Amino acid sequence: MSKSVDQIFVNAKQWLLSWLMPAPAWVLQIASSLINIFTLLAVFLTLFALMSVLERKILGRIQNRYGPNRVGPFGLLQPVADGIKMLIKEDIVPARADKLVHFLAPILIAAAAILALGVVPYGRNMTPFTIDGGILFFFAVGSTTELAVFMAGWGSNNKFSMLGAMRAIAQMISYELPLIITVLPVVMVVGSLTPDRIVAAQTGYTLGLVPRWFVFTPWGATAFILFFVSGLVESNRTPFDVPEGESEIVAGHMTEYSGFKYATFFMAEYIGMFAITGLAATLFLGGWHSPLSVLEFIPSYVWFFTKLSALLMVYVWLRGTLPRTRIDQIMNFAWKFILPMSFTCVIAAAVWHYAGRGLRGWLWSFVVIAIVYTALSMLLDTQRKFAPRIYRFAE
Amino acid sequence: MSSAAFVLIAILTLAAALAAATLQKLMHATLSFAVALVGVAAFFFLLGAEFVGLVLVFVYIGAVAVLIVFTILLTRRDVGKDRGANWSGALLAVAVFGGLGWAVFKTQSVAIAAPHIRALTVKRIGEALMTSYVWPLQCVGLLLTAALIGALVLVMEEKR
Repeated sequence: MSKSVDQIFVNAKQWLLSWLMPAPAWVLQIASSLINIFTLLAVFLTLFALMSVLERKILGRIQNRYGPNRVGPFGLLQPVADGIKMLIKEDIVPARADKLVHFLAPILIAAAAILALGVVPYGRNMTPFTIDGGILFFFAVGSTTELAVFMAGWGSNNKFSMLGAMRAIAQMISYELPLIITVLPVVMVVGSLTPDRIVAAQTGYTLGLVPRWFVFTPWGATAFILFFVSGLVESNRTPFDVPEGESEIVAGHMTEYSGFKYATFFMAEYIGMFAITGLAATLFLGGWHSPLSVLEFIPSYVWFFTKLSALLMVYVWLRGTLPRTRIDQIMNFAWKFILPMSFTCVIAAAVWHYAGRGLRGWLWSFVVIAIVYTALSMLLDTQRKFAPRIYRFAE
Repeated sequence: MSSAAFVLIAILTLAAALAAATLQKLMHATLSFAVALVGVAAFFFLLGAEFVGLVLVFVYIGAVAVLIVFTILLTRRDVGKDRGANWSGALLAVAVFGGLGWAVFKTQSVAIAAPHIRALTVKRIGEALMTSYVWPLQCVGLLLTAALIGALVLVMEEKR
């Protein structure tokens, strides 16, 4: 019973393909890919709509106000209203803008974000596209975002846009390095770049209780936190939203965009967020595995999306509680703390592996991380005492 | 199927490369250069060398194209202006094309391709890098570290 519920989407796809049965192999291949693409788009665009309204609701709760509650029950139809508003808005292209580049930038940025979704395993046998180097594909596609952001900034022919694009590229390049290096320990331990193999390596439970997810090892926990923070920067979300910086450079590279192009940028940001949290869940939180062996009857995709939404809620929570950091703080944090810590994760994972992957390895890798962490925090401590701030008001 | 894909990708790559060489605005040329690189990566995918294709996208689009863009923006004041014809560049291009064409026509092994080529998996590349090519790999690593430290030294504030 639970088996068939678990595989319901896989079977549905097989059933759909069986309609085409006496067709040549390449037709089936294309049809299968199209089904995957449509499902992926349908699921994640719905999730985008849901996320946009939920985020505003939760931010409303955090800031002690209602949030959207007028359209539909509990304001749930708000995304529909937003979408209609965005569609019927006038599409303004600045007279001095580079028309073609200005037009292509939102398309490229959205395409890159959507492509990255394709390699994440959403459930048992539910990876849309199995590529040998799936993790590499994810980052290769993600790295084209920088060029798209640049196109948006340069094509707009606006100083705010250019500044925003420069900031975005600077911080994205700086954090791409730790993002990839924190994936390395997982790839090293599993010995594969394929997301399915990484999920398969996290099967089982230690002592029948604690799942063998990488987040429960010292190097895994550290790498997970670093990966999460770097992902936060990559998706330009609030503690690190200097590129947009509404209060200083209007909206960064999106200043000159209006109507549905602006919405496309937002969609790309959210879909990029889903992709990076999905990858975080795959790499460190056991992908679609259930946290307790008793709960294995619940379908795998339910577990994956539970983890995904839990991580997304942390994104919203951080957005509601943290102020914006300065660009120099972001850069210092990347190069002085996150990068050395992510290299430490690689070393700690090697220590864990060679000390037998058991309790001994756990303790040794913990020691490695603790030593580096204390050393770094002592080195980076500037001994600056913070005096009580004196506020001056215009009198 | 794959020959149709080959023709399509070839047309796209050549068109993008031609655009990169002839477009009037430097920034447009850079962007079409990036498109040409995507085409080359697609060729590697077509040949089953996924790893090389992915690394090509990763390094050339994610890093080199962005580097070129930054270089143009930081060194030139006339980014938006038209550029004239560069005859020495054309000469160099003809020379490179001639050399490559000569090499291609001299090579005969294409027609008698090996019957069994094992798929080039990431694992095999990793094994090769860690066994027979470990020396070059380490040398490249050292070189890159030196470059990184050199870049840091260049931008470091001078303390008096």
